[in-house]
Order: sequence, then structure tokens, then C-alpha cells
Amino acid sequence: MKYVDEFRDGELAKNIAAHIAREAEPQKIYRLMEFCGGHTHAISRYGLADLLPANVRLIHGPGCPVCVLPVGRVDQAIRLATEQGVILCTYADTMRVPASDKLTLMRAKAAGADVRMIYSTQDALKIARDNPAREVVFLAIGFETTTPPTAVAVKQVQTESINNFSILCNHVLTPAAMHAILAVAGGVALDGFIGPAHVSTVIGSEPYEVFARDYAKPVVIAGFEPLDVLQAILMLIRQINQGRAAVENEFTRAVSRSGNLKAQALVSEVFELREFFEWRGLGTLPLSALKLRAEFAAFDAELKFNCEYVAVPDHKACECAAILRGEKMPQQCKIFGTVCTPENPVGSCMVSSEGACAAHYSFGRFRETKV
Amino acid sequence: MCLAIPVRVEQLTPGDNAIVNLGGVRKEISLSLVEDVAVGDYVILHVGYALQKLDVDEAEQTLALFAELNAHTDAQLADGSLA
Ligand code: SF4
Repeated sequence: MKYVDEFRDGELAKNIAAHIAREAEPQKIYRLMEFCGGHTHAISRYGLADLLPANVRLIHGPGCPVCVLPVGRVDQAIRLATEQGVILCTYADTMRVPASDKLTLMRAKAAGADVRMIYSTQDALKIARDNPAREVVFLAIGFETTTPPTAVAVKQVQTESINNFSILCNHVLTPAAMHAILAVAGGVALDGFIGPAHVSTVIGSEPYEVFARDYAKPVVIAGFEPLDVLQAILMLIRQINQGRAAVENEFTRAVSRSGNLKAQALVSEVFELREFFEWRGLGTLPLSALKLRAEFAAFDAELKFNCEYVAVPDHKACECAAILRGEKMPQQCKIFGTVCTPENPVGSCMVSSEGACAAHYSFGRFRETKV
Repeated sequence: MCLAIPVRVEQLTPGDNAIVNLGGVRKEISLSLVEDVAVGDYVILHVGYALQKLDVDEAEQTLALFAELNAHTDAQLADGSLA
């Protein structure tokens, strides 16, 4: 595919890796966090960690939307489907996230709940139009990439006066999670961030400037293809060697400093900051997620069905929380690959191909990285 | 979830939509989050929506940079400065 294949060239990848090996100073350790699950996926799929010298370490971050969703949020969706009898629409990735009582949305569906997998928010709207006598709830999850499509749908529902559609809003914010990672006392030591690709197409590179300025952490925004990731690593190593901390952009073909203003305007018209939101692994963070503005409250499933969020602890053995904070690697979980597998996930990080555990499991050629 | 791909716009359709070519498959997507998209443009497609236009000049420049880095390595290999 055009603008995909060119960025996967194996020879060029080896060449960038050779530059990395030459420029990484052997006495230094470079601890680089790839924030985004899309990068985690690319790194595992193309075995990029194998191309790097041992002192250049990649640490997985919390940027996989399914992974950061706490158990209680999936429970809420299941309750809506089973107790309120709504048609619950969800993206595929959320179907197999473990909830309480050994349930998932998939198992709830098998037991008779009306759970439907959709590709786009437009599909959910169509279901609402086609079923005027039923309530339709869209389980809205994701970072800044999936929020604008939800906003489009909410606006449409308002314009078309569709009154049987609402959303269970779980949209979260990337910069808030980066702050949380850096703020954990005694947390993971980092020397720089590989910045998100598609989140940045929407929010631009400007929101990362605070991390360079106030925390002295270099950030290089990278595309999702293997050459993009390697080039970003080289750019980070150069900044670190020069003692600089700046926001640089490797993904100039899709990311500008200000991002997609049309999408941002739409999101801020429909959503406002939530005071608190509980994340898996990062705990309850202030101003880290979104909720519908008062004008759109009629489409808020939590209000409409009076369905409150109840916090539920993770499975005892699951290390997802520490993995999402960058403190542990999947192989350090005692049940990784034995009890917990992509066919039978115990924690959320084993569900989506962007989750650290699933990525390590599926592409097997992981290597022991000390963090 | 955050995976998204560049696709070429083949045709503009009513309701702020477009038909794109997704690795040989034609698919209708929404253009409501982007502006000034024309047939032949590449857009980044995510959950049924174009998130951003792909800047073809910038893409070529990034590729040129990779090629240059490669040529630089070859030159260093030739003069022995890259062991
Ligand atoms: S292997 Fe499974 S149980 Fe262990 S941390 Fe990963 S998702 Fe959780």
C-alpha cells in the first residue's frame, strides 16, 4: 500500500539501526517510553527491539485504550445490556476485556444480552434509527483519536432528534496520562518519549511542549511504521546526547503543531473535562478524561440510566497496573502465557494487539528488557 | 484501536462522505472531521473517519531523509570511517 510499504523497508531499517548503534554512547542507558499501543504493536511485530543495542531500552506506556479501561467500566456496560435491556454497541477490542464474575461483553452476548460489535459510530447511529423502540448505548472508549468520531455522532443525534441513543463515555486524555507517569513517586525512570502518532494528528505537537520544558524530557512524535519508530529513536538519542529536551516531529506527513482544529473544535463543543476518572494502573486522575457537556446530558447513558461507576480491583495475579506504569514487563507476570493468553485473557493487556502482554505473546521474539 | 492507515480518496459522496481505496477494497468513509479533501488526496482513516489529510510532500521528504542517511552510511563504509 502506498505510504505504508515504503516505511517498512528492511534495508533502510537496518541502516537506521546502524546509526543508532553508532551514536548511542555505550556508558549511557537510554530508557525510552513508547506511550502508544500502536507503537508497542509495531515494535513487537517487526522485532525492532532486536535491532537496538542493549543500552537502548524501550518501555511500554499506558497508551492502549482497552488496557487502561478499569474492570468497573466494563461492568457498567454489561449491566446496561443485561439489567436495562439496551442494545450495547462497542468496538471489537472491548468485547473480550475481562470484567467481574468471569464475564466479558462477549460472554454476556452469548448469554443473551444484545451486544453488537461496530466498526464506526455511524453504525451505532444506524442501529438507533433502525430500532426506534429500543434504547441504544454506545460504549465510547479511546484517546483523542476516537473522541472526534464520537462527537460527530452526538451532534448528529441532536440534529436529527434521535432520542433512543446515548453514550457511556470513557474518552481519556494522553497528556494527562503522561503527567501521571512522570509524577509517580519512585516510578519508572525515563529519558524520553516516543510520542503518539494518530493522537497527535488530532491534538498536534504543542500539548507535549510542557514535558520538554517542565520535566526536561525529549519527545519525538513518530508514525506507526517501523522506519518511523527507528528514526524517532535515533532522534531521541541525538537529543539526549546533546543534553537537549525538545518536542520534535518525525511524523510531519500527518502531524502539525496545532493539529486538526476542526476536530478539536467539535470535541470541545460536545465534551468537557471530567473532574476525576479512574484508570487501570494509573489510579484516579483529576482532569484526565471527558464527559458530555450539560447541553448534551440527554445523551449521557450514566445519567439516563442512573448507572454509576463502581470501582473493582484487578485479578490478584495480574500485573497490568505495573505494566501500564512502565514498571514491569509482561514476562514478569507469573501467569503470562500460561493461565493468561490472548484466547483466555485474565487482564486487559492481553486482549488487544496493542496491549503489551498480547504484543509480547503474539510476536514471541521478545527479549528480556530490564526496567 | 488507534491503528489507522493512509487511504486514497477515489470519489466524494453526499453527506460529507467519500469512497476510498483500502488496499483494493472500496469503502465509504466520513469526511466530517477534515476540510478541503479532493479526489486523489490521501487521508488517515480511523474507525470510519478521515482524521487528517496526509501531506504527500512531507512524506516524500521523510523518505528522502531515510535515503540520504543510507547514502551517508554507504559513503562512510567506503571510506572506512564506519567500522
Ligand atoms: S499476562 Fe495477563 S494477567 Fe499477567 S499482566 Fe498481562 S494481562 Fe495481566
